[in-house]
Amino acid sequence: MRFEGTDTYVVTEDLMVAVNAAIALERPLLVKGEPGTGKTILAYEIAKAIDAPLIEWHVKSTTKAQHGLYEYDAVKRLRDSQLGDDRVHDIENYIVQGKLWQSFVSDQRPVLLIDEIDKADIEFPNDLLLELDRMEFFVYETHETIVAQQRPVVIITSNNEKELPDAFLRRCFFHFIQFPDAETMTRIIDVHYPGLQASLVRSALKAFYDIREVPGLKKRPSTAELLDWIKLLMIEDIPPEALRTGDTSKLIPPLHGALLKNEQDVELFERLAFMARREQRGN
Amino acid sequence: MFAHFFLELRQAGVPVSLKEYLMLMEAMRHGIAEYSIDDFYYLSRTSMVKDERNIDRFDRVFGHVFKGLEPPEDEDLAAEIPEEWLRKMAELYLTEEERAEIEALGGWDKLMETLKERLAEQTGRHQGGSKWIGTAGTSPFGAYGYNPEGVRIGQHESRHRRAVKVWDRREFKNLDDQVEIGTRNIKVALRRLRRFAREGAETELDLPDTINSTARNGGYLDIKMVPERHNTVKVLLFLDIGGSMDDHVRVCEELFSAARTEFKHLEYFYFHNCMYERVWRDNRRRHTETIDTWEVLRTYPHDYKAIFVGDATMSPYEIVYPGGSVEHWNEEAGAEWMKRVLLTYPKAIWLNPQPTKVWDYYESIRVLQETMGGRMFPLTLGGLDAGMRELGR
Repeated sequence: MRFEGTDTYVVTEDLMVAVNAAIALERPLLVKGEPGTGKTILAYEIAKAIDAPLIEWHVKSTTKAQHGLYEYDAVKRLRDSQLGDDRVHDIENYIVQGKLWQSFVSDQRPVLLIDEIDKADIEFPNDLLLELDRMEFFVYETHETIVAQQRPVVIITSNNEKELPDAFLRRCFFHFIQFPDAETMTRIIDVHYPGLQASLVRSALKAFYDIREVPGLKKRPSTAELLDWIKLLMIEDIPPEALRTGDTSKLIPPLHGALLKNEQDVELFERLAFMARREQRGN
Repeated sequence: MFAHFFLELRQAGVPVSLKEYLMLMEAMRHGIAEYSIDDFYYLSRTSMVKDERNIDRFDRVFGHVFKGLEPPEDEDLAAEIPEEWLRKMAELYLTEEERAEIEALGGWDKLMETLKERLAEQTGRHQGGSKWIGTAGTSPFGAYGYNPEGVRIGQHESRHRRAVKVWDRREFKNLDDQVEIGTRNIKVALRRLRRFAREGAETELDLPDTINSTARNGGYLDIKMVPERHNTVKVLLFLDIGGSMDDHVRVCEELFSAARTEFKHLEYFYFHNCMYERVWRDNRRRHTETIDTWEVLRTYPHDYKAIFVGDATMSPYEIVYPGGSVEHWNEEAGAEWMKRVLLTYPKAIWLNPQPTKVWDYYESIRVLQETMGGRMFPLTLGGLDAGMRELGR
């Protein structure tokens, strides 16, 4: 079982080593990086590449570790008891399996994605330590221990909103997705839009990296935004010449809405464009 | 097998434990990195480094251990500082009182040591490239035309040029923010300020209300929920930056990073020496992107607690006279602005990284202490504790 990228996902060598280490050693892989650099997609692609089912657990600020194991629906049981339902005598009817449980009992070794773990409470990762380490947990209500039949490939993503506890980190492999350089980016575009005019790619990339360089942007555009933008450019059939930023009167690239997601950023960009124009006229 | 490597990593401050080391060994046994040193580098990085801020440190140790490059930084920096130049620095840098004090403490040699220490700190920080420093335009060193990179401290020049291998490229350099684990204690002290209140979605069972309404409901169950309790304390952090604050950057960074994780509602602003009509949020663009202090006062309601962090060490003119600021012409005196901020945020304290025993030497500290109504605390764990208690009252 080795992961070597797929035809829709360009994987750098260091990421490949990290993923393969996580698969072979059956330990979680923690992935960090700028938003939009393909952290979540990675789990989808791994599942696709090694042909495994994917179980997704999207974490929110209210998510508790227990939700991933199981939940005991006491309210439903209480209701059933009042309505005289027969099922009330068996507590197992009210145990709801969580994502972790599902991944433990899956027939085939699955990929478990724990998405945006930093969104949850600060204690969340600590509460999962033992479960992720030993891949087993105890159900108090039914007195049974759930043990993983096959240890799932666990991919955890984080956006760095909170620091994760050391004890948790020690149990994971870690990978930080660097923002791709122009060469990798060309490969990524090629994978997504094969046969795209080389000159359009070049112009688009130049405009894109120029925008990323602008100081003070609230949210710098990332890979996901670039791909959206190129798609738009293709649909609108914009010629590559229109993207050349050398012409300062057109400093704002067409369809910039796909790249700049924030009205302050657009405003800042327009101001810079205006200043550049004035400078040129001054000369 | 790689025990030496492991020990060097620990020495360089990369927090690796035996667990990670064994993990690497296990991965080697599985043959994940068999044929190439690049793969081995990636594998050891993914298993031993758990935070992108440490990757740069890791790269340097890796390069050192497996290539025999120069040793990583922090080694005998001081040895390379010319004595003569230090003397000159001391004359420029230290005030009359300080010099007298040091004379009393043990004379010139002692002074040299202090300076060397400070300089070592300064270089370390410059290389770290965390956002606070390296940008402070008016550091005492900078102001006198000193540039640590210009004088031969450390050897970064030669080290950077030879980049061939991945780890030598040191792509993660600017992620190293040097904030170390010392924040834990600060977090504990800050925790005093926690104020819990119910807010947000309903997630908890409200037992008294459930019993009550079930009874009213003729015995049929009627579940009532309440929102969970969260920490709702709101904090405005005003940080003095640049100039004399450079000596205290480390402790301030720790405070800042602890505060960031501890408070949900934390807004921070930078100022220089004293509060004036403008503050800023990003020190790199302090001259282009400033925020009107009035706007801050209008935006954040009275229930915010204000914490000033600064050494308050300046000329008293900078506080009491209009136009006293060292950087720009201020229409109104800094003291006026301080009063205004304190009026808007009655719960406020000033944390001062200067040791308490020198407070009396500085007129400016006394003035600000008075303005704050005695609510100035030293930036130590004890002082922090006392300050939080003051804010929590």
